[in-house]
Amino acid sequence: MGWAIALQGGAGDISKDLPVARKEAVEACLSHCLRLGVSALQSSHTALDVVELVVKELEANPIFNAGRGSVLTTDGTVEMEACIMDGPTMNCGAVSGLSTVVHPISLARLVMEKTPHIYLAFEGAEDFARQQGLETKEPSYFITKENQERLARAQEKNLVQLDHTEYSTTTSAAHNPVNVEEELNQKILAAADSQKPEFETVGCVAVDVHGSCAAATSTGGFVNKMVGRIGDTPIVGAGNYANHLCAVSATGTGEAIIKATVARDVAAIMEYRKVSLAEAVEEVIGQRLPAGKGGLVAVSATGDVVMALNTTGMYRASMKEGGIEEIGIWH
Amino acid sequence: MGAWAIALHGGAGMIAKGKMSADWQKRTEAALNEILDIGIAALENNLTAVEVVELVVRALEDNTLFNAGKGSVLTSKGTVEMEASIMDGRTKDCGAVSGLSTVMHPVSLARLVMDNSPHVYIGFDGAEEFARQQGVETADTETFITEENREKLEMAKKTNSVELDFSEHAPDAMNNSDDEYTYSNGNGIVHAEHHHVVHRENGYGNGHSDNHIFKKKGALHQVFKAEFETVGCTAVDVSGNCAAATSTGGLVNKMTGRIGDTPIIGAGTYANHLCGVSGTGRGEEFIKHTVAKEVAAIMEYKELPLGKAVYKVVHEKLPENMGGLVAVSASGEVAMAFNTPSMFRASAQEGGERMIGIW
Repeated sequence: MGWAIALQGGAGDISKDLPVARKEAVEACLSHCLRLGVSALQSSHTALDVVELVVKELEANPIFNAGRGSVLTTDGTVEMEACIMDGPTMNCGAVSGLSTVVHPISLARLVMEKTPHIYLAFEGAEDFARQQGLETKEPSYFITKENQERLARAQEKNLVQLDHTEYSTTTSAAHNPVNVEEELNQKILAAADSQKPEFETVGCVAVDVHGSCAAATSTGGFVNKMVGRIGDTPIVGAGNYANHLCAVSATGTGEAIIKATVARDVAAIMEYRKVSLAEAVEEVIGQRLPAGKGGLVAVSATGDVVMALNTTGMYRASMKEGGIEEIGIWH
Repeated sequence: MGAWAIALHGGAGMIAKGKMSADWQKRTEAALNEILDIGIAALENNLTAVEVVELVVRALEDNTLFNAGKGSVLTSKGTVEMEASIMDGRTKDCGAVSGLSTVMHPVSLARLVMDNSPHVYIGFDGAEEFARQQGVETADTETFITEENREKLEMAKKTNSVELDFSEHAPDAMNNSDDEYTYSNGNGIVHAEHHHVVHRENGYGNGHSDNHIFKKKGALHQVFKAEFETVGCTAVDVSGNCAAATSTGGLVNKMTGRIGDTPIIGAGTYANHLCGVSGTGRGEEFIKHTVAKEVAAIMEYKELPLGKAVYKVVHEKLPENMGGLVAVSASGEVAMAFNTPSMFRASAQEGGERMIGIW
C-alpha cells in the first residue's frame, strides 16, 4: 500500500534518433512534473488534486501536445480536450473543442463539480469557461511555430500524421539528405496502408495515501484532424477512467482506443477476472489494442504502478512510495 | 447462430403505469409496432445488423413522438443539439456525432463518420460541415423544433426557480401523491410522480439521486424532468453479427454544448462479437458506469449469459430511476431491462415472439 503516481506525455513511433537536446528537454519536463506530483502526494493531497496539478503542468509545457503546444486541425486552429475522473465516487468531467482555455483539465474538473453534466464541448464549453472565470487567452497563444510547420508538412503529404515521426524525419534530413526521400516515401506508404499511429496526449494517474485513485488526460488531438474531430481523451472509459480499483490514462491512436474501450477494459478485467493490475494491462495492451496503437499508465488502489505500450515509445515517468523515480521513452 | 433478433427502444422515463392518455399510448404503440416491422423485414431480407439498426433508428428519428431527430428536446437556449452513434460488433468500427442542428438523420451521419472518415467522432460545426460535404439531407433548424418541446422547455425553466429538497429530514416538497407535478405535453396530461434532481451536499456532482440536500452558491441549479427519451436499436443478423445504434436530442434545458451518453461508445452504445447494446437514461450515469460496455464486459469476463449481464447492469450497477437498455446476443437472445417506471420498447426473434411494451 502507499501512494503511487505515473504520468505520460504520449506514445507512438518515437525514433531512437531523437536529438539529444529534445530527449533531455522531455526527460527534464517529465521529471519535474513527477516531482511536483510526488511532493503533493507526500503532503497528503488527494489523488484528484494531484492528477489535475500534474496535468496542468504538462499542459503548460509546449513540448507536449496539450494546452499550449497543441497540434493543429486542418484549419490551423486548436481544439483541445480533456477528462478527469475520481475513482471512489466515479464522478467525472470532460471537455472538447476548446480554443482559448489555458488549462483544459481544470475546465473538465469544473464541469464535474459545478454542473449537472459530465461533458461540455465547443462553444458551450467556452461559454462555461468564461462564466467560471477560468484563465483564457487568445487562440494564437496556444499555437507554436513547430506545430504550424507540422501541419504544413502534413497537408503537403495530405496525411493525418503524428508529431514524433515528423520530427525524426527532419533530423535524419540534417544528417543524411540522401535517405530523406526514401524515408518519406516509406512513411507515406505506411500511412496509406493503415491509420498512422498518433500519440499526442498527456496524462497522469495517482493513488493517494487513502487508497483513492484518480486519472486525468489532456490533448490537442491529431495533427491535421478534421475540425470537430473528437478523440479518446474526453471519452470516459476510452482514454481516461478511474474507479475503486484503479486509474488509467491512455494515449495513442484515439480511434483505436475508443473502439477498444481501453481504460475501462483494464478495470473490468481486474474486477471481473480478479487479476492484478499488471495482468489486466498486459491483456489490454498486449492483446486487445492492436499493435502500434498506443500505451497507458495505470495505478491500483493498493499502490501498484504499471506503464505499458505497444508502440515504439511512450514518454513516461512513475514513482511509488518508498521507490525510485522511473523515467522512460522506449521499451 | 443463424437466428436473427432485434430490440429497439424509444426511451426510458417516469411515466407511471396507466398515466398515459389513451390517445398518446395508442399512437406510441402503433409507432413501435410499425418500426419493429421495418426492422424485422430488413432482417428477413438478410440486411446486415449495421444496416438494420441504422434503418430502424432513422424511422425513430422521423417520428416526433420520440426525442431524436425531429422532436428533439431543446437546450437552455431553445436550440436543438442532436447526437448519435453506431457500432458494428463484427469489426468494432464505430461512428458518432454531436451538436447537430440541421441534419435530418443523425444516425446516418454517424455511420458516414464511421465509413467515410478517418475518425470515429465528430462534433458541432465540424460535424455540420461534414454533413454538407457528404450531401446528407439537412433542413432548417426550425424543422426539428416542436411546440410541445418549446412547452417542455418553458416548464423546465419554471421549475428551476423552485429549490427542491429531497433530504430525509426535510419536508417532502414534491414527492406527494396529492400534489403531483403535471404538464401538458400536447398529447394529454402526464402526471410525473417525482422528479430527478441532481444534487449532492457540496455542490453539483453527477452523483446519485439519493436524498441529499442540493445547494451550492454560484453553481448552476437545474431540475431535470426524468424523461430520457432517446431512441435506439440493436440487432443480430443471420450471420451472427451484432450492431447497435442510438440517437437523441439529449436532456431538456441542458446547457449548450452538453454531451450525453448517446454518442459515447461504451456508454450509450456498444457492440462486439458477443452482443449489441443501446441504452437510454440519465446520460451522466451511463457515462460514469460505462453501461453499454459493462453488459459486454460481464458477459465476457464473468462468462454470464446476456440476460444475467443485463440484469446486473441495470438493477445492480445503475442507480435507481436512471434508465434502461435493450440488448441482443450473437446467439439470438434478447434482453431488455429498465429501472425507471417506463421504457418504450419492442423486440422480436426469428421464429419467436414479438413484443412491444411501455411498462
